[in-house]
Amino acid sequence: MTSKNLFQKVWDAHSVGTLANGQTQLFVGRHLIHEVTSPQAFGMLREKGLPVRYPERTFATVDHIVPTNEASEPYSDALADAMIKELRKNCEDTGVTFFDVSSGNQGIVHVVGPEQGLTQPGMTIACGDSHTSTHGAFGAIAFGVGTSQVRDLLATQTMALNPLKVRRIEVNGNLASGVYAKDVILHIIRKLGVNGGTGFAYEYAGTVFDDFSMEERMTACNMSIEGGARVGYVNPDQKTFDYLKGRPYAPTGEHWDLAVDQWKSFSSDHDCKYDDIVLIDASEISPTVTWGINPAQAISIDESIPTTDGVNPTEKESIEEALEYMKLEGGQPIKGTPIDVAFIGSCTNGRLSDLEEVASLIKGHRVKEGIKAIVVPGSQIVSKLAQEKGLDKVFTEAGFEWRNAGCSMCLAMNPDKLVGDQLCASSSNRNFKGRQGSPTGRTMLMSPTMVAAAAICGEISDSRLVFNS
Amino acid sequence: MALAKITSIKGSGIHVPGDDIDTDRIIPARFMKCVTFDGLGEYLFHDVKFDQEGSKKKHVLNDPAYNDASILIAGSNFGCGSSREHAPQSLYRAGFRGVIAGNFAEIFFGNSINLGIPCVSMSKANREKLIKLIDADPETEINLDLEELRVTAGALVLPVEIREDARSSLVNGMWDPLDELVSTSSSVEAVAGNLFYR
Repeated sequence: MTSKNLFQKVWDAHSVGTLANGQTQLFVGRHLIHEVTSPQAFGMLREKGLPVRYPERTFATVDHIVPTNEASEPYSDALADAMIKELRKNCEDTGVTFFDVSSGNQGIVHVVGPEQGLTQPGMTIACGDSHTSTHGAFGAIAFGVGTSQVRDLLATQTMALNPLKVRRIEVNGNLASGVYAKDVILHIIRKLGVNGGTGFAYEYAGTVFDDFSMEERMTACNMSIEGGARVGYVNPDQKTFDYLKGRPYAPTGEHWDLAVDQWKSFSSDHDCKYDDIVLIDASEISPTVTWGINPAQAISIDESIPTTDGVNPTEKESIEEALEYMKLEGGQPIKGTPIDVAFIGSCTNGRLSDLEEVASLIKGHRVKEGIKAIVVPGSQIVSKLAQEKGLDKVFTEAGFEWRNAGCSMCLAMNPDKLVGDQLCASSSNRNFKGRQGSPTGRTMLMSPTMVAAAAICGEISDSRLVFNS
Repeated sequence: MALAKITSIKGSGIHVPGDDIDTDRIIPARFMKCVTFDGLGEYLFHDVKFDQEGSKKKHVLNDPAYNDASILIAGSNFGCGSSREHAPQSLYRAGFRGVIAGNFAEIFFGNSINLGIPCVSMSKANREKLIKLIDADPETEINLDLEELRVTAGALVLPVEIREDARSSLVNGMWDPLDELVSTSSSVEAVAGNLFYR
């Protein structure tokens, strides 16, 4: 038998056939939905008179629009209120399981899937959200899709797709202290560009990914799409299995051992072929901060904001546009840039380990006066576990606001928004113009620890110096 | 109902400058608080067109000379970021029927094809020629021909590229795959039944 990589094995196991246009009809084992990109899909099904074909394979939660400081319905935002009610009704009508706010299991869809054990190795997963690549941390092939594809999945549990090429990205060596998974993925995107991954699935590997916890792997896979790669994954290993064991939707009893054997069989074969291989030395990676308006416009904390000296005309234009929008000056150190808001949360960095790491460092520090700092757990379960460990108190004593679970200020579809041209140190995934709710709001992406350092100092700071790590 | 065979798009064009135009730029998230796509055309490029007070900014998208444009010309990596289908839906509802760019982000490309909006790639040098022509005369008719894979406008004849599966779906009127996906239910059941998980 020819050797294959994980992507090819999962693809082959889920291929239904070839469509007339040459695309593959791919079966999707798990479909995750939320309130923003699913209501139109349910509407299209109703119009066509089609039922949900495999309701037991679709799971819903509500995340984008939920307010984080308002628990009871109706929400003060009538549009948001209509959206949660629509999702609730669609799930009731079709038999789709809904992790509603009252369930204690609600949260950001990419936090909920793994913590429920719904995300497993060797699966195909899809969700109407580009950060679905997160689930690849488990050795699943997970696609972000549009609403018409959500419709296709509800109606048939399949979608039309083209296979991707696979680029293996190996990060080897040791990460310096104070350097996190977020810095690794920002570094990868900076190196390969925002569209370097178009047409590829990224297979992350090397000693750094071997050593990463599952949550760190999720942080990296989450931002694959920021590098243009629709899919990112890590081959499953013992850590993957240990994470899944005992989760509500993980296999149990005799099924568990069978499942683990199956899962192992999906790992890329040692002698398999890749379409490209990129090697990265972990020692090159420092705490990384974005300075511009796309996630590849990033530099290490010790560097200065780029100038247009000696760059080609296209790059010059893009640097100038970014500097103008960000109100930054080329050539200045990034360190010391004053901030207004600090946001810790999102499907990239809103998990328990993110909160634990920051909480372990900020004791004895206080958020600088005048800075609004919020912590938004990725799910109600993350929130509960964090509270059991007393992390909420550590944060509130340091001057952070402790909020309810949701996407919050990552894309500001709820009341958490920047105002005017406020600058936000953010643990989220996109620094696009207007992303955090104000058309002139400014975002700098970084690790949660770097966000905390910025909140405490009131300016972009080297967390290693602030926390003596 | 049979879908239209989209073999060519004819209309005037507008050039929206810049590379890496993300889907948040095409339709800001705050306009996605809706349960249908109706009315999204109004918010296309909202924050590019309007300032905080709601006044029109000086931007080509506000120039009445381009009001009738149905072909959008853009830079590279158009449609990057969020998977929101709201982006091509708002383009379509604002009257756009085709996009010519350096290249496209993958999810945006697929979403657009599913709505019957051809997205074709053209070299930078040729895009510059085309832009120069429409800057001189915004009413210039552009013919985006998917059978010949070329754009003609005035005296220009410029080659374009598009993935063959997408081209074939458009020209054969099969760009919405749902009916075909539904028609294979027995094969789908077989694959589902053979999977190692339920």
